Amino acid sequence: MKHMQRNNERAIKKKSPSFLNDASIVSFVIIIFSLFLFYLTFNFDEVPPILNRGIQPATFPKGLLIIIMSLTSILYFFSLKNPWKKQETLPKTFSYTLIILILFAIIAKTLDFFLGLSFLSFTISYLWGERRKLLLFFVTVIFPLLVFIFFETILNLRFPGGILTDLYYR
Amino acid sequence: MENFIYMLAPLLSIELFLVLFFGTLAGLILGVLPGLGPTTGGALILPFTIPMDPLSAIILLTTIYCAGTYGGAITAILINTPGTPAAAATCLDGYPLAQKGEAGRALGLATIASVFGGIFSVVILVLFAPMLAKIAYQFGQPEYFALAIFGLTMLSSIGEGTPIKNLIAAAFGILISTVGSDFMTSVDRFTFGVNILTEGIGFIPVVVGLFAISEMLVQSTLLHQVFNRITLDALKLPTLDDVKSTWKTILRSSGIGAFIGILPAEGGTVASLIGYSEAKRWSKNPQEFGKGSIEGITGAEAANNAATGGAMVPTLALGIPGSATTAVILTGLIIHGVRPGPSLFREQPDFLYGIFGAMLFSNIIFFILGFFGAKIFARVTLIPNKLLWPMVFVVCVCGTYSLNQSLMDIWIMLACGVIGFFMRRFGFSLVPVIIGLILGELVEGTLRQSLVIFDGNWLMFLTRPIVVTFLIFSIAALLVPYLRGEKNN
Repeated sequence: MKHMQRNNERAIKKKSPSFLNDASIVSFVIIIFSLFLFYLTFNFDEVPPILNRGIQPATFPKGLLIIIMSLTSILYFFSLKNPWKKQETLPKTFSYTLIILILFAIIAKTLDFFLGLSFLSFTISYLWGERRKLLLFFVTVIFPLLVFIFFETILNLRFPGGILTDLYYR
Repeated sequence: MENFIYMLAPLLSIELFLVLFFGTLAGLILGVLPGLGPTTGGALILPFTIPMDPLSAIILLTTIYCAGTYGGAITAILINTPGTPAAAATCLDGYPLAQKGEAGRALGLATIASVFGGIFSVVILVLFAPMLAKIAYQFGQPEYFALAIFGLTMLSSIGEGTPIKNLIAAAFGILISTVGSDFMTSVDRFTFGVNILTEGIGFIPVVVGLFAISEMLVQSTLLHQVFNRITLDALKLPTLDDVKSTWKTILRSSGIGAFIGILPAEGGTVASLIGYSEAKRWSKNPQEFGKGSIEGITGAEAANNAATGGAMVPTLALGIPGSATTAVILTGLIIHGVRPGPSLFREQPDFLYGIFGAMLFSNIIFFILGFFGAKIFARVTLIPNKLLWPMVFVVCVCGTYSLNQSLMDIWIMLACGVIGFFMRRFGFSLVPVIIGLILGELVEGTLRQSLVIFDGNWLMFLTRPIVVTFLIFSIAALLVPYLRGEKNN
């Protein structure tokens, strides 16, 4: 009986929130982000009373940020009573996918928009387990090309220049 | 009579009929693919509608909405994964029935219930939207402000997330809408000195990022997941006994779904959950629920499809989205220069009744497509994620870029994708962000204009009966989830 009681106590201790649980980290991030934005609102220009249509341009965002911070504080205090379910650690494939997204942004901005898309399509597909060459070629080259042609011809869209796109436009 | 003829417009024009047919087909495919669904699908298709005339564009979006909501049931029944969040309740009994070797019967019942719910909701839409629009003629700025607040507080009771998390998400959505040049005074807010941001943050990059990119990140964490897929031989029409034992459930759930849909910000997900639980409550065999009850399937499916027409009521009559997908449709209307609200009913009845007709015929077309093509649509679920998501990403990027031809939109989309992923991970629903973003300008604009009318006196809001009514409803909307929670405890 005592053994069971001890186990229960241990379980309750395990459940009790530490300062580094999900709820506190999420609440901390939201409040810090909101405080930063709140600080920015003090730099907004003020308009003369005749133009301010009821309230100054900074008043509404300030009110919203106060609401967000208040609700987040309530959320945190509720989490002390009912701790959040602990999340499983994210797998490596998530981190790699995130890195690929960042690399896509860099390639699309500096080298070529479509090179970035092809790079992302290939790497994600390969990382997620695709090994068939024909399908990889389809996802990497054919599909982005079809989408490019569709947007270029039917929607008359001009894509940003780059080492590959410029060849087409010339 | 004139309005009835307008409703036939999608059948009388070849162009509109093709849009109707292919929209329904696209909606079914998007609904079947887990993670896409009508909201993300609609947002992805939106850039493609730009060269179209407004009626064709909105018909395409609404038919995707109707068929996509039904399409989710196919995946729910065959692989126990809801194709759309609204089909989550369908899994509870659809999959167990399919496991018993009755996948065709489960899909047949889901199809019949969906079609009935969908058609019922169009009738509600045709009857109630003009009535609501007439009432909305009496609304001034303070009333619209109170209505928008009511819509936002309703978000606290949507199915996903806790009420506080939903409200934080909604406030975050409104905050995004404040980025850019203030529309009344032209003062820059949260632009960080970036010129492009003075125009504000667009709806499409946020929706595509929050729904599609975050889903891609979610899929990257589920690569080890194996689906037990049940083979579908053929879809079977319900027998007379099936109809006898489910017609009351279908009728009740259709009513519930349409009513929930009309409430601002609620949508198919809430409707299907309530439709399912009410089906269980009224059933003579509640012990069968969760084990393949046909009342469970029809209760959920009739309700989520009935919510489609219901959700269009506040969207068209008031400009307040009834769900996340109708928020996309609302954006489509604005992009095409159509201003939803009471004046739309007076000035463009041909346009409105054309949409109503398209929704009605979409339900009939997806019945035919679902009945004869369910086996083929079921095969869509076989497309591996390792091929599907890179292709979805390409369409996301090009579609997002195409609206303003700005790379900034793509960076916003990627940032929203990462934020959306972590929001979902920690139990924040994404729907309130979208609805907050859509309603943000309305909330701020009507608040400021009301304060001008009231000469800065906030107490004057309480002198308007409609405002007071909406504020009481808002307080009730905030309290209901807690009272419900206490009761459940």
